[in-house]
Amino acid sequence: MNDMRLLERDVDTNDIKIAARDVQVYYGDTHAIKDVNVDIADNTVTAFIGPSGCGKTTFLRCMNRMNDTIDIARVEGVIKIDDEDIYDKNVDPVQLRAKVGMVFQKPNPFPKSIYDNVAYGPKIHGLAKNKAELDDIVENALRRGAIWDEVKDRLQEPGTGLSGGQQQRLCIARAVATEPEVLLMDEPCSALDPIATAQIEELIDELRQNYSVVIVTHSMQQAARVSQKTAFFHLGNLVEYGSTGDIFTNPQDPRTESYITGRIG
Amino acid sequence: MTDATAGQPAARPRREKTSLLTQDGRTKRRNAAETRFKIYGIIAISIGLLFLMGMLITIISNGSRAFTQTFITMEVTLDEAVLDKNGNRDLADIRRVSTFGYAPLINAALENKVQDLGIETLLEDGAAMRAIMSASAAAQLRDYVLSNPDQIGETVEFQFLASSRVDGYLKGRVTRESIARDRNISSAHLLLIDDLMEQGTVERSFNLGFITGTDASESRPEQAGIGASMIGSFFMMLVVLALSLPIGVAASIYLEEFAPKNLFTDFIEVNISNLAAVPSIVFGILGLAVFIQFAHLPQSAPIVGGLVLTLMTLPTIIISTRASLKAVPPSIRDAALGVGASKMQSVFHHVLPLAMPGILTGTIIGLAQALGETAPLLLIGMVGFIASEYPDGFVGGFLDPNSAMPAQIFEWAKRADPAYYERAWGGIIVLLVFLMTMNLIAIILRRRFERRW
Ligand SMILES: Nc1ncnc2c1ncn2[C@@H]1O[C@H](COP(=O)(O)OP(=O)(O)OP(=O)(O)O)[C@@H](O)[C@H]1O
Ligand SMILES: [Mg+2]
Repeated sequence: MNDMRLLERDVDTNDIKIAARDVQVYYGDTHAIKDVNVDIADNTVTAFIGPSGCGKTTFLRCMNRMNDTIDIARVEGVIKIDDEDIYDKNVDPVQLRAKVGMVFQKPNPFPKSIYDNVAYGPKIHGLAKNKAELDDIVENALRRGAIWDEVKDRLQEPGTGLSGGQQQRLCIARAVATEPEVLLMDEPCSALDPIATAQIEELIDELRQNYSVVIVTHSMQQAARVSQKTAFFHLGNLVEYGSTGDIFTNPQDPRTESYITGRIG
Repeated sequence: MTDATAGQPAARPRREKTSLLTQDGRTKRRNAAETRFKIYGIIAISIGLLFLMGMLITIISNGSRAFTQTFITMEVTLDEAVLDKNGNRDLADIRRVSTFGYAPLINAALENKVQDLGIETLLEDGAAMRAIMSASAAAQLRDYVLSNPDQIGETVEFQFLASSRVDGYLKGRVTRESIARDRNISSAHLLLIDDLMEQGTVERSFNLGFITGTDASESRPEQAGIGASMIGSFFMMLVVLALSLPIGVAASIYLEEFAPKNLFTDFIEVNISNLAAVPSIVFGILGLAVFIQFAHLPQSAPIVGGLVLTLMTLPTIIISTRASLKAVPPSIRDAALGVGASKMQSVFHHVLPLAMPGILTGTIIGLAQALGETAPLLLIGMVGFIASEYPDGFVGGFLDPNSAMPAQIFEWAKRADPAYYERAWGGIIVLLVFLMTMNLIAIILRRRFERRW
């Protein structure tokens, strides 16, 4: 691991964007997230790491209330974004999700054209006044998703006809097109080659200027490369949370240490 | 990585090395099982096809004869002395002459025809010969005169329907033996027909009247057609489509996408499935009680039939719509919600278009079922009435008493005259053509709307 790079990196600001307190998630009787407390800073990339099935996706979905769509899921505790409780009964989850964008673990483009996939969000939120503006938004989003060059000649072809990795980047483009304040990315590079991965990591770093990004990843190298803060989950517990440099060079918990050195998971 | 391998089960003995070019016992058995299964499948399909062929052959051989009819061509002199005594072509006066008044003209025309052709017959005069003609001939003549009063006094060529006995004789249904005790026709008539046929005056040709016509009285099967009941069925289907598609789709979208999953919705769900299994005659008696006796809608009207069939079709549409909504992968809904679409937007922009082929197929199959349904129509009186008139205008189409295709077929099959039995088969062909067309439309729509994801 490139320790030199890690140590000199620090967090730009200390504004707290998302604050979670005593969050519990149950799927029926399964207790999937246990007592999670975490403060996610603004203008920061936060990485969630941990073995498969430890609850990374579950916790991510709490932050834009996607768990509301699962009948058996139950969320307890408090999650605040900009000091506002997102589980307050006055909060409309639709409005919340426009603010908190998400890239899903499995690429899920709409069975519509590539253009429509990206244009859909801006359209329903009224981000473009006319067709030319919408075209701009779409092109810009596809460029940031590092897929523009591959699809610029086939914008009207179905998004479902793309390769797995292309679909993943299309979904990233779709998520950034709506200009969210927080972007939740669930393993956004799992199907990408090193070149596309580098481009997405560049995008994530660029997004950090204005947004708060949370990324789930199974690649320690990626977490180390892109994030300033890292949270390690294990069996539904948030075991350790701190600056990425500390987690990778000086883990406090033995479980963290064995995971990042490759002994569990 | 060391503790990853520690917990592994003890290594099993290695498989023996075998050649890929020879099949081992297991593979052989597996292949044999597969071949056997394929053979069973082919046998099953062949049996199905055999039944289908048998059915089609029976229907076509029995029903195709209904589409041809025997016609007699002859020239009728429209005698002014009979039709317009005052000679002033006043329609009111002409109308006063009833169909009985026209009979002598036909008798005379028949006599003339036979004499002109030099045919010897045992029948003494035109009145006796007229048994070979349909009783509808006089009405046909009168209609012609009423719409062309200026033709009075002229001699005009007409093509009249032959009586159903003559028609049956040409089709092989009536023989000299079978008419031995028939008072309507004698073997002298059949001899006359033989001669007229030689001269080309009597011939069997395609009968458009069967497709466009209305039902006729018990004694005139040659005149009966399925046209009016086709209209009745059409208007009923309009009612069914206009009511059951929006109601069914709205109900299913609500139940599938919005309704909370609780005991109450479970209860509704179970009951919808139960409704789908309720015999159609139950819906018929319900329609009689509610729509006719309570709401006082007109009896035998397509609107009532349509309402009853809507009740019957709704569960079918709801079940198939829900199934196709369920088949849309949840990841599509997540994707829409994830970019900040509302529930309704996610359903109407993304889920519904994907479910459309399934919904349309279900709807058309439901409609096709409704089109062929007979039992509930019996109870609301759509057979009691003989649809001998076309409905009066568009609104009349819904409110005027009418029949429906399957009810008309049932009515014909019930009548004593074998000529009507033949027409029942013919009606079934027309009905099947409609059903096949609808199924074809369902297939085409499904192909068109189908998208992969
Ligand atoms: N819809 C669901 N219904 C029931 N249980 C679920 C559901 N989704 C997740 N779980 C359970 O919750 C736990 C956490 O799952 P989660 O998807 O959050 O894991 P993850 O950390 O994202 O794993 P991975 O790295 O494999 O994606 C798992 O034990 C899983 O079985
Ligand atoms: Mg996951």
